[in-house]
Amino acid sequence: MTEPNVNLLDRRELISFRIGEQEFCVDIMAVREIRGWTPATPLPQSPPFICGVINLRGAVLPIMDLAARLGFATAETSARSVIIVVKVGERMIGLLVDAVSDILMITDDMLQVAPDVACDRVRSFVRGLISIDSRMISLIALDRLLPELEQLAA
Amino acid sequence: MDELEEIKATFFMECEELLADLENGLGAMESGSADGETINAVFRAVHSIKGGAGAFGLDPLVRFAHVFETLLDDVRSHKVEVTAELVRELLRAADILADHVQAAKSDGVADEARSADMAAVLESLSADGQSAAAVAHPAATPVVFAPIPSATADNMGGEFKPMTVSLMSFDEPAPVAASEPWTVTFRPKTELYRNANDPLLLLRELERLGPISVVIDEASLPLLQDLEPEAAYLAFTVTLDAPVQQTAILEVFEFVDGDCDVDVSGGVAAPVFDLAALLAAADAAPPIAEQGAAPAFAPMPVANIAPPPPPVVETAPPPVPEFSGALAASIKTPSPQQQQAKGNSAPEAQATIRVDPERIDRLIDLVGELVINQAMLAQRVIESGLASSSSVALGLDELEQLTRQIQDGVMAIRAQSVKSVFQRMPRLVREVANMTGKQVRLVTEGEATEVDKTVIERLGEPITHMLRNAIDHGLETPDERRAAGKPIEGTVRLVALHRGGRIVIEVSDDGRGINRKRVFSIAVEKELIAPDAVLTDEEIDNLIFLPGFSTASTVSDISGRGVGMDVVRRSVQALGGRISISSKPGEGSTFTLSLPLTLAVLDGMVVDVAGQTLVIPLTAIVESLRPKPEEVKGLGPQGAVLSVRDTFVPLVDIANALGFRAEKRLPSEGVVLLIEVEDGGRAALVADAIQGQRQVVIKSLESNYRQVEGIAAATILGDGRVALIVDVDALVAMRKRDTNRSPEPTLIAAE
Repeated sequence: MTEPNVNLLDRRELISFRIGEQEFCVDIMAVREIRGWTPATPLPQSPPFICGVINLRGAVLPIMDLAARLGFATAETSARSVIIVVKVGERMIGLLVDAVSDILMITDDMLQVAPDVACDRVRSFVRGLISIDSRMISLIALDRLLPELEQLAA
Repeated sequence: MDELEEIKATFFMECEELLADLENGLGAMESGSADGETINAVFRAVHSIKGGAGAFGLDPLVRFAHVFETLLDDVRSHKVEVTAELVRELLRAADILADHVQAAKSDGVADEARSADMAAVLESLSADGQSAAAVAHPAATPVVFAPIPSATADNMGGEFKPMTVSLMSFDEPAPVAASEPWTVTFRPKTELYRNANDPLLLLRELERLGPISVVIDEASLPLLQDLEPEAAYLAFTVTLDAPVQQTAILEVFEFVDGDCDVDVSGGVAAPVFDLAALLAAADAAPPIAEQGAAPAFAPMPVANIAPPPPPVVETAPPPVPEFSGALAASIKTPSPQQQQAKGNSAPEAQATIRVDPERIDRLIDLVGELVINQAMLAQRVIESGLASSSSVALGLDELEQLTRQIQDGVMAIRAQSVKSVFQRMPRLVREVANMTGKQVRLVTEGEATEVDKTVIERLGEPITHMLRNAIDHGLETPDERRAAGKPIEGTVRLVALHRGGRIVIEVSDDGRGINRKRVFSIAVEKELIAPDAVLTDEEIDNLIFLPGFSTASTVSDISGRGVGMDVVRRSVQALGGRISISSKPGEGSTFTLSLPLTLAVLDGMVVDVAGQTLVIPLTAIVESLRPKPEEVKGLGPQGAVLSVRDTFVPLVDIANALGFRAEKRLPSEGVVLLIEVEDGGRAALVADAIQGQRQVVIKSLESNYRQVEGIAAATILGDGRVALIVDVDALVAMRKRDTNRSPEPTLIAAE
């Protein structure tokens, strides 16, 4: 779905956000909405990075603690925590992040491959790195976040 | 093109219904409860399928239907006697007809050899060789439109030879004699074409009754510029010279009934011929009225009636260059009466409508939102501290009632009778019976029982399995039955009924019942139970639902398709249903399947568990109670049981089972919900507190997430938060599994 376009000069917009001290971003086309934190209903027998489910206008939306998913400590939720609702394939999922920073406009040639030294988890979730104004922003591969759920379901 | 496809889709949809009617009718014939009307209905069903199929050029289907129809016609006219043998063949033929329909639907090809064999059988059963001969060339002779010589005929281009009003043999009111030919005036309405019928096919049908000559009456045809391309303008007058009954002629038009005006006169038993008067009344417009009023209906040249106004001729477009101006003029002026007649022929209010199911689903979703919103509103009102007698609160009460009514109403729209599932079963039973060499009679009851569409869709598979099982494993072979002093033909009953807000499906057979010894030894052999386990008869019967259990010593073609009863049970449980079996040796077994009436809403008990709000399906709850400390007894290192009126029920702490709380709590500090699990056993669920009873809208967890063990689904409560709906059966099973080292005798120890 949000695979990088073959056309290297294709421009795309990204939404960047913070988890701890690091910056990440996702393709804006996958984002359905951004909403404030509301307490989630915990789900039994779920991996630690699933906070639970919330009501998104009548639909049951699972919330993924992106920090935990990426291997950081479990996020401390506060009133300033933000849920980015993204559509991955046919599913909607809310990503819990610390704060949304801004909207970036990049071309694909600005996307750098993550260096080899990065651990497996980083390499599997980070599609590439973007350098803007001496900031380093990691582009999240959304479609890689979820498939593990399918395996868990089996 | 799309439109044609759409009509075709409608045709196939109707075929389904017609095949069901056919099946029902034949079923009635089989059981001997058929009357003349049943046989007519059977005939009509085949006839209608043939008619529709002809319109789409589905030749193999038409060919087979024709043979079938011919035989049925003979049955109907008592030329062929109804015997058990005949009905059996008819049922087989119905299956093949269904295959043909299926093949046509999927653009495939039905088994031609089988079809041809069947056709040959049907032919041999039909009244005489003549019908067989006719069968060989169905509709091979094209209809010849025999025009009546007329002054204007020569002027006409194109292939239809119009004649004013053709009443060839009724120049004078002839005395009705036995040899009198029939005159059939047939005026299709627009609906007839819209419903994908073709007059040509009807005319061919008439031709089957005897030699016909057809005259087209284009009197209503307007000028090309006024012509609506989809409207019906033509009428046909058919003269049929054959000694047939009037009903036989009317039956040709049976399935276009209401879509055309048909008038049959003359012939043997016709009343006094009054077509002239009829026409005179209908055509009051000057040119035709003149003619209609004429005492004798001598065909007269149209040109004599209205002289051609040249401008009209010029405006007539090229395709009909020789179109007679005179004719055009006379056609151009439809009489008020004709228009009136047209108005009357507007489609009558239909008893049923077809609606895209997606629209209803959307409506149900919306009503679900409405229910949630209404609950949220109610909660806010309570929170705001308004008195319950305040006008707002009262208005809210009314809103709640209305909401509930709307919900019920909408759910009722989507409700369907189980008939659509049941009617597929006779065929299955026949096939399985043939494969196993057993004689089986299927008795169905409660076909009108309604359930939500979401449930209907999931009923077919478990019923199929239960029936296969009943015939394959339950019923004995004819020899065994004879030896046991039973009727050779085994009976399998398929019953649907509503019970306690659920739909119950029972499949029972009068076979040998479950061989408990064998079931037990197999379960031991497969290490599903301990060799020294002490089980009640009921528990042994239900062993067949354990994964990996199959009693058939050889994996048979029918039941042993790699899908055991355990899979059926799991799929049923996933729907919030239960399945169980009871059996009496030598007398038979009964499978009982119970499912919620809908998978859209649920009545539940809202409870607090470790700070979470959970919903327990009300149907599972037997009673709720506050246990006294002395009623709780420890059993083994982990387990505990609750003493309820001298029986011991295992205690399951919901918070522990779902992992919301690790430490144990005394059950006497909370409330206990006594529940019934699917195998008839009981368990006591421990919760912290009960909030109350509520109807909740079921929301899938899987659509955005995945299935969670112990959780059936989710819902949204009045405060807008998501609450989880507990799957009690799974919860108890989980708990049993977790503590399966405990000395409790557990059935579901298998993993």
